[in-house]
Amino acid sequence: MRLILVLLCVAAVSFGLIMLSPIDPIDAYLGSQMAQVSPDQRALIAEQWGFDAPPAAQFSRWLSQLLSGELGWSHIYNQPVSDVISQRFQRSILLLGSAWLLALLVGFALGIIAGAKEGSLLDRLICGYVYVTASTPTFWLAMLALLLFSVYLGWMPTCCAGPTGVVNQDVSTLTRLHHLILPVATLALLGIAAITLHTRARMVALMRSDIALHAFAQGATRFDIAWRHGIRHASLPAITLAFASLGELFGGSILIEQVFAYPGLGQATVEAGLRSDVPLLLGIALFTALFVSIGNLIADSLYQLIDPRISKEQP
Amino acid sequence: MSAQPRFAAAAYCGLFFMLLAILASSAWWLGNSPSQMQFDARLMPPSTSHWLGTDALGRELWARTVAGLRLSFWVGLSAALLGTAIALTLAAVATLSTTLNAIISLLIDTLLSVPHLILLLLIAFALGGGTQAVIIAVAFTHWPSLTRVLRAELLTVRQAPYVAISQGFGKRRGFILVHHLLPHVFPHCIVGALLLFPHAILHEAALTFLGVGLDPSQPAIGVLLADAMRYLTAGYWWLGVFPGLGLLLMVLCIDRLAFHLRRAL
Repeated sequence: MRLILVLLCVAAVSFGLIMLSPIDPIDAYLGSQMAQVSPDQRALIAEQWGFDAPPAAQFSRWLSQLLSGELGWSHIYNQPVSDVISQRFQRSILLLGSAWLLALLVGFALGIIAGAKEGSLLDRLICGYVYVTASTPTFWLAMLALLLFSVYLGWMPTCCAGPTGVVNQDVSTLTRLHHLILPVATLALLGIAAITLHTRARMVALMRSDIALHAFAQGATRFDIAWRHGIRHASLPAITLAFASLGELFGGSILIEQVFAYPGLGQATVEAGLRSDVPLLLGIALFTALFVSIGNLIADSLYQLIDPRISKEQP
Repeated sequence: MSAQPRFAAAAYCGLFFMLLAILASSAWWLGNSPSQMQFDARLMPPSTSHWLGTDALGRELWARTVAGLRLSFWVGLSAALLGTAIALTLAAVATLSTTLNAIISLLIDTLLSVPHLILLLLIAFALGGGTQAVIIAVAFTHWPSLTRVLRAELLTVRQAPYVAISQGFGKRRGFILVHHLLPHVFPHCIVGALLLFPHAILHEAALTFLGVGLDPSQPAIGVLLADAMRYLTAGYWWLGVFPGLGLLLMVLCIDRLAFHLRRAL
């Protein structure tokens, strides 16, 4: 219920922002043919498209179209918006999914290791690394990776989702994966920092708790405690955080796709923004809002699933 | 870690303001060197005469980087101040009644459910691009998380005995808000503003990098890096490395300052 309300608000806010925009939709539609159209014809187009209606009426019309699954026509790709989004998303989901999983696993492991022995050399190294990556611009990191691995070492391709000049269907899975390695690695680096910090905080708290003291008294080593208690104890914040940070992950993927010229949804967003493709921009904003909201919803329900005490506490 | 958090915080503050003074005065001592072209020294690698090398038009990279950092700093500062002001206002309004609270929660949820970068793109698009659009977009989107923190803080303080006593004396809600609640959250605001700062700077760089509000004559870090993308594959590494490094150092500096202030307060 909340989800629908939030999505409705997102639709209203993004529609309002587009209405504010100084870009004339008729000009954007006509493109280079702008000069050949007479004022009468423009008025006709405006009338047919309902631009003379008040904003509220336009909004309700757009919303009713949206509910019937009609997202509009993207003029820069010359395809229906829903087609563009689904095509692009299929490529992006590979990138997003693997980066997400990698960030979760590596971040969790690093957090456990760092938190198991607070103040040790390893802990300080991991913390330092996390602080630095948290303040690094993502796209700069991607550029450095591109510079080092593709330009100087020549191990990785410099761009795109496949070799240039080859039709999409002919690219083998191995080449596709090869093109994915660098974007996935840099995108994952972004997410690792937050997950590591939270996992570490949980682990440090555990190591100071009575549970750990009791286990130490029984002769358990730090490794034992981390393995038997720590993983279960710290998995909750890590997983929730991973689901709740889908928005940030998507934002990062826009930048990463731009650097690596990877033709995913992020690149389409930038194109739509720069070349004023209003239906596509609105469609992507709504789609990603849905994506992120579902992530948040999963995070909330996982909380109750993993830790039943939480739902019991609420009267 | 220093045993005296206040001392460390004071030292960091001093260092920060010194760097700030250097950065702020750079407009005066840099003159027009960020845009001065030297056609006999194009794409020179870093050396003693060209500290960080030069770009494709023979402009000094170090001067351009400093100028870019200055722009980033002002964007970050305005975003942090405006964001904190909005967050404080909304948090205060939310404590007044449950209906207002519900509306503000919905607003926060709405803004948080759109990926931040897409929201920035939408706002910059709505304002028609340009450096100004970038500044406004960054300034107006960084308040939701801080609003949540401040609201939670205000709601806890409202339960405190002295607030109840004040209420018993017949003081109005507005009076209590201004005289009892707001002074309490002031330290949170300072730290919150400092924590917003790096986010705002990174988002500004990201937006200019993507080419929204691109004003190629103005040396912003994002513009410098976007330029560098074209020369990267040819091996002109300094164009890409140094502006980003400058940005990273600035963000780290502010981050550390926020960390120490939080410990001290």
